[in-house]
Amino acid sequence: MFGEGILKGLAETARNFLGSYVSKKRLTTVQYPEQRLPQIEAYRNFPFLVYDGDDWQQGLRCVSCFICEKECPPKCIIIEKSTDKKPDAVGKLQFYPKVFNIDVSVCMSCQICVEVCPFDAIKMDTDFELSSTDRFSGLLWDKKHLAKSNEHYHKIHPTEAAAVDAQLAAERAKIAAKTKATAEAKPATPTPPANANGAGPNAANQPVPTATEK
Amino acid sequence: MTMSPIQQADQFFVTSQHRFVSYLPAEFQSLTSAILSVIAIVLVFALLFAITTVLERKGLGRIQNRYGPNRVGPAGFFQPLADGVKSLTKEDLVPRTADQMVHFLAPVLLVTAAFLAYAVLPVGRNMVLVNLNAGVLYFFAVGALVELAVFMAGWSSRNKYSLLGAMRAIAQMISYEVPLVLASIVVIMAAGSLSTVSIVDMQASYTGIWPHWFVFTPWGFAGFILFMIAATAESNRSPFDLPEGESEIIAGYYIEYSGFKFALFFLGEYLGMFATSGLAITLFLGGWAAPFSFLTWIPSYLWFFAKLLLLIVIFIWIRGTLPRLRMDQLMSFAWQFMLPMTLFNLFVAGVWHFMPSGIVRWLVCIALLVAPAILLSRSLKQGKKFAVRHYRFAE
Repeated sequence: MFGEGILKGLAETARNFLGSYVSKKRLTTVQYPEQRLPQIEAYRNFPFLVYDGDDWQQGLRCVSCFICEKECPPKCIIIEKSTDKKPDAVGKLQFYPKVFNIDVSVCMSCQICVEVCPFDAIKMDTDFELSSTDRFSGLLWDKKHLAKSNEHYHKIHPTEAAAVDAQLAAERAKIAAKTKATAEAKPATPTPPANANGAGPNAANQPVPTATEK
Repeated sequence: MTMSPIQQADQFFVTSQHRFVSYLPAEFQSLTSAILSVIAIVLVFALLFAITTVLERKGLGRIQNRYGPNRVGPAGFFQPLADGVKSLTKEDLVPRTADQMVHFLAPVLLVTAAFLAYAVLPVGRNMVLVNLNAGVLYFFAVGALVELAVFMAGWSSRNKYSLLGAMRAIAQMISYEVPLVLASIVVIMAAGSLSTVSIVDMQASYTGIWPHWFVFTPWGFAGFILFMIAATAESNRSPFDLPEGESEIIAGYYIEYSGFKFALFFLGEYLGMFATSGLAITLFLGGWAAPFSFLTWIPSYLWFFAKLLLLIVIFIWIRGTLPRLRMDQLMSFAWQFMLPMTLFNLFVAGVWHFMPSGIVRWLVCIALLVAPAILLSRSLKQGKKFAVRHYRFAE
């Protein structure tokens, strides 16, 4: 009939209008600063540096290997290597970054730095309230700003963090066993170290040996 | 002269203006009285604009199942204040290649023209700025100034989108001006006067409890519907808002305006909408007259603004419902449906006038209106084949 569609449409919008006052289910809006949706685990935003323990400078997992800096497509990572060494996450003596900056105004959140890091040192954060009044230095994050604890990593990506922890623990155990074996082997016959070396190629896909080769 | 309390309430603004003016020396009295009325009109309708923007945003939000503005003040009702502060503090950009003078004058002229139309709108008993004996004619003449302002804005911006938007707006406004005027002519025929005051006076009487509004006749009802459709198109509102079509020409003729000039365009647009709604109320809905004889104790100006708010709500509702028309649909609707229907309506108004009153007159007039409406819409539909559209491009 003549004008029927318009009347149907008007009835539909009227139903929406009145219904939004009656049932709260219709209103899907979340009143953001007061209410928040639970964050989904796969969400990612900008990278951060993981540290173990309490001291962020001592516990930093990064060994300043420059892989992420080289891989970063928009070139937003700036690293300067230290001259001295400190023990890394698995207990080996490694270099550490003297300067580690990420320009988040350039970062495109591609996660490639996370994919390539052999030390599980850089991970993606979920914080999105990052506005700054200074668009230059306010968005160039330094090492201190980027460093976040392993607990924080566990909080934002629990499954991923648990897998990383298990892997790191396995490596630590392996290295501990190796050092113990070499310590025992020194006074004894040279056969046990051969066993320990034999375990090396099996763990070739593990990050630690690859990194030490470099 | 003594007045009952009801009359006192009804004439409160009129008497207080007289009392204020009477303190002044005689040579200033008429001028001050006019200035006071102008200030009242400017303040009231600008305030109505502010209220309407927030009502519209909240209403559209609810229609789309969301909250709408709810942050500034109680339930977001101070949002217009925040918007005002924002538009006042924004940078006022003028394109370097724009015609600076015309670019500046366009929003001013638009708002001025929109306000001028209120001079002949009776918002209450004895509450009209000037009782022109050609009031309706004046209203349409001033309304045509809006078209000039729109074209000034589109042309002076020196931007192809603004020019396209202005051309669309002009085409649309001129096309719909014809049915708008023709739809209101039936009332002038019936009232025998072009004065808005005497048109309202004619409708402000009652048979039993029922008012003599022109909308309660077949030709008046059809005229009202046609008038409101044309008024929607005149004020560039959805579904006829293609002069500003965001998806194709960004914002139409006011694309190069920013800050307070942009706000002035919005003000002008809404003022135009209120003015045409006010004229629809004056012509068809009995102006300030109460809908039932036992409700006449409520002051007349309240009735006018209640009716105005009702029409605004209908405008918002329509905007939240209908999608935007295409240019050819808009034009064919104006010339192939609206124009014939308004002409038929004129004929029906004549038939109504010369037939003896009774049920037969009603039936004949309704039949005379419904039959052409159905035939016209059918014949317009028949030419359309639903198939894949093939576009021809300039080569």
